[in-house]
Amino acid sequence: MKPSTRRRLFQGSLYLVLVIAIVALVFVADWKTIKFYFLDMDVAKQVWPDILVTAAKNTVVYTAIAFVGGLLLGLLLALMKLSPVAPYRWLSTAYIELFRGLPALLVIFGMAYAVPIAFSWHPPGGSAGAGLLALILVSGAYIAETIRAGIQAVPPGQREAARSLGMAPAWTMVSVVLPQAFRIITPPLTNELVILIKDTSLLFIAGMALGDRELTTFARDSLSQTANATPLIMAGLMYLIITLPLTQLVAKLERHQNRGR
Amino acid sequence: MNPRESVSATPAIEVRGLHKSFGDKEVLTGIDFHVDQGEVVCVIGPSGSGKSTLLRCVNRLEEPTEGTILVEGIDITDPETDLDKVRTRIGMVFQQFNLFPHLNVLDNLTLAQRRAKKRGKDEARRIAQGNLEKVGLGDRADAFPSQLSGGQQQRVAIARALSMDPDMMLFDEPTSALDPELVGDVLAVMRQLADEGMTMMVVTHEMGFAREVGDRVVFMDGGVVVEQGKPEDVLGNPQHERTQLFLSKVL
Repeated sequence: MKPSTRRRLFQGSLYLVLVIAIVALVFVADWKTIKFYFLDMDVAKQVWPDILVTAAKNTVVYTAIAFVGGLLLGLLLALMKLSPVAPYRWLSTAYIELFRGLPALLVIFGMAYAVPIAFSWHPPGGSAGAGLLALILVSGAYIAETIRAGIQAVPPGQREAARSLGMAPAWTMVSVVLPQAFRIITPPLTNELVILIKDTSLLFIAGMALGDRELTTFARDSLSQTANATPLIMAGLMYLIITLPLTQLVAKLERHQNRGR
Repeated sequence: MNPRESVSATPAIEVRGLHKSFGDKEVLTGIDFHVDQGEVVCVIGPSGSGKSTLLRCVNRLEEPTEGTILVEGIDITDPETDLDKVRTRIGMVFQQFNLFPHLNVLDNLTLAQRRAKKRGKDEARRIAQGNLEKVGLGDRADAFPSQLSGGQQQRVAIARALSMDPDMMLFDEPTSALDPELVGDVLAVMRQLADEGMTMMVVTHEMGFAREVGDRVVFMDGGVVVEQGKPEDVLGNPQHERTQLFLSKVL
């Protein structure tokens, strides 16, 4: 058999497998049941517009708070990790390893239930506040590593140029190194943001008040009330509407950066 | 005593017994070196001879392992010395330009003036614009470094250093990263600076520049100063074998 024939046969069989799989899925699936449980328009009308104006809004607000908090904490940890003072480095490393090693779900649970008992202290903002604090603690650990990598990716000549002009280390960091570091890490930071959007779904474990519920908590509650999974589908769509533009943006930024090199 | 005289008697740069090691590799093995005020000293030598390391020790971008470095009589190896303040008096130009890519040309020139010299915005801009005119780039204040050629970037870097009103300038192979046709513009600016009486220490491979502009040429090899003197002597009639060998390769 000629190599070109063999290649064509191989490609043809790949397509064939795909077609068979799709056809099988369409015939085997129980479309009536799917439509009844997952695409019920009456249920959809019940949860609309609450799922948008309350749940989706809360998801976005929680993400924004956790991201800004995580950025500030991450910046602090990154600077500590690069500090000439050794104990700061150890502290930062220990923190980062701890919170990257623990499941976010467990940290949220601990902040909402264990911390109030152990320290007789309630994080501000009720369950939502406790959960958000936990998300900040966790995302800060990841963002710290991203920022540290960004700082180290700035060419050493930049720091040298600033220092040779007589600029103090702090000004050099603020005016020369950090602006370039953040430009370098915009794609990975946007990825952190996307992960954070989805991690707000873990807040359900904290037990949210009605008006505080984000998309997943809201959809789960609606699921138990209506015995119908349509709200889950709607919540999924909402997540995609929020995350897809961001992941597209990351792809665009990465293409742009690669072209610049 | 006339204070002016005492100032001019002090060398701009004086290096005594300088050693520098990276790990267990000794790059500088006992350097005694000076640059007088208003003097243009060109340092030449093969790569790995330690000439860039010597230059980078003068504003302590490299930490000397041993020895003393005096800049206008101030010991910069003394931990009590305000290094940032001394550095504002020493302009430095790098092989790779090292302009700040996130800032436009004008902001590149004003940043350190404002942060280190605490100059006001208007004053910093006026000084920056003046120095841009001087290097022939008065019309590129709004450009970003990425929009400039290598030669233009290096001239901006020179203008950036000049904007701090330094007493002396260090040049670390300023034309080595440039396309050959762009070298001339940068050398012309440096020649102009020398003519104005600027104290300059230039690490370079441009033998023509060293010959015509340098007051003194210093040949380094293996971490020591092998030979120094007037350019026509060192370049035209080298005494040491190593100098002869090096010059026979580059001239």
